[in-house]
Amino acid sequence: MSQQVTGQRMERKDEVVIGLEVHIQLNKLNTKLFCSCSTDYHEDEPNTHVCPVCLGMPGAMPVINEMAIKFAVKVALALNADVQPFTVFDRKNYFYPDLPKDFQISQYDRPLAWGGYVTIEAGQGEKKILLKRIHMEEDPGKLSYRGSITTARYSMIDYNRSGMPLLEIVTEPVMNSPKEARQFLNKLRIILEYLDVFDGSLEGAMRIDANISLKGGGRVEIKNISSFKGVEKALTYEITRQKNLKRRGKEVRRETRHFDEINNITVSLRGKEEEQDYRYFPEPDLVPVDATGIIEELRGTIPEMPEQKRIRLAEQYGIGENFAKVLVLDLKMADYFEEVAKSLAEDGINLNVAASWTVDVLRGELNYRSKDFRFAYSILEPAEMVKILKYLTDGKITEKSAVEIIRTILDKGGNVDMIIEEKGLFAIANSEIEKLCREAIEKNPKAVEDYIAGKEQALNFLVGQVMKATRGKADPAETARIINKILS
Amino acid sequence: MITEKDVLHIADLAKIEISEEEVQKFKEDFQSILDYFNILDEVEENVEPSFQVLPLTNVFRKDEVKESLPREDVLRNPKHVEDGYIKGPRVVE
Ligand SMILES: [Zn+2]
Repeated sequence: MSQQVTGQRMERKDEVVIGLEVHIQLNKLNTKLFCSCSTDYHEDEPNTHVCPVCLGMPGAMPVINEMAIKFAVKVALALNADVQPFTVFDRKNYFYPDLPKDFQISQYDRPLAWGGYVTIEAGQGEKKILLKRIHMEEDPGKLSYRGSITTARYSMIDYNRSGMPLLEIVTEPVMNSPKEARQFLNKLRIILEYLDVFDGSLEGAMRIDANISLKGGGRVEIKNISSFKGVEKALTYEITRQKNLKRRGKEVRRETRHFDEINNITVSLRGKEEEQDYRYFPEPDLVPVDATGIIEELRGTIPEMPEQKRIRLAEQYGIGENFAKVLVLDLKMADYFEEVAKSLAEDGINLNVAASWTVDVLRGELNYRSKDFRFAYSILEPAEMVKILKYLTDGKITEKSAVEIIRTILDKGGNVDMIIEEKGLFAIANSEIEKLCREAIEKNPKAVEDYIAGKEQALNFLVGQVMKATRGKADPAETARIINKILS
Repeated sequence: MITEKDVLHIADLAKIEISEEEVQKFKEDFQSILDYFNILDEVEENVEPSFQVLPLTNVFRKDEVKESLPREDVLRNPKHVEDGYIKGPRVVE
């Protein structure tokens, strides 16, 4: 019996091994990697951001975008990698319609950086996801099909993406679950946004190849997953598929598969080239890069990373760990909180209030409207939020009114004082509420009797009467407290 | 030694079809090219490989946008065009 139980428990975490190759578009650059075409093509017609270089015309010569090297070095330094002073571009040869030169300029044995790591949360502690290497390369164009890929008779090529600066980050095979892979990608995205080199909201900004193997099985590579939700789905599917093969006594072949995002399955790809088939050699049209000066220049300029920020926010503003943890997930949100907190600190207000209203209320209301903190900055400036929170802590408005003000501004704009004025939201003084409570008690002897007899709902009824009389401006909890006091 | 299989593999990577006669011809050609490269075996060991013959590094340009090609010009060269896209083969995977 116990034998059988052990036999079935094959889900031990370390039996799944995952490594990722992440392709990141350095889309905050103005121009492509080797030509001066604009990177701002997402809204434009196909083949309108191309030139002889990114179309692979004979004789066209690539010239490296210096800022692209700087962005890449910045990322490598922030990821704790060993940036190489001497780095070389190579040709990777393969034929595919999205690759107009029939080779891709990439890096082979002299990449920009070796090693590095990203820390993720794992169980109780932290886990370092080790990186193997980081290199630069150009993005191919984009293929699309009329109708479905399986029935279309030809592909349609848009070379606007061709030559976009890509950073490829390769991890060691050290992740043990699809969830860890997602956490890694999430963290990576946050770091890249902190460095201001990457906008993850643009289509195709991050594309991933994933390697996965189960103990005793061959390594399977899943190509070209275009979102990190897709990565978790593809890996989860693969684990099930490979486990099923094992259970049926079949061998898991080493192979390359493609993730079908519509059906959430992976399918086998045949005829994928082996590494030696790419026939890499140093790119003769480019000279090597000596990054020594750039590394020196940038080493001291790496901004505060999420980890450090989390610790600082908790210490500097005395807010809870959990608030700090959520705040650093989005640089704009953290900035917003800091502006509000700095101002409120002068009035000696507990800043957990500011953290809670930023993280719980404002973020929730933004999410509900599919908006982010960039939008919050544009319509509900931190100074206005400060006003709301001051009125709230002074008891001038109720929590309900504060939420109403926030919602109104997010939906229609306007400013805090105006909305309070228009809607008459200033809370009524306690003396006024007490007067209304006494009235309610006088007019409803039955309810009072019931309440004294132990019927809790009767209290709600009395509170309701006061709320009605104030048109919702009284604070319900405070009202209940006052009624209780009068009746006791 | 270059075999027929090597030649066919290279032809496959280059996406070209070659005749049986051509296979034999390329086999000999490839072999003589490789033999020529054997000269390199005479170089002493521990010599740093060279990546470039030019004594240059860091030929850069600034990150400043310049005008791309007008689309009429872009679409003038390819034979098959549709709705601003260039038509290509369907990639059988
Ligand atoms: Zn171009």
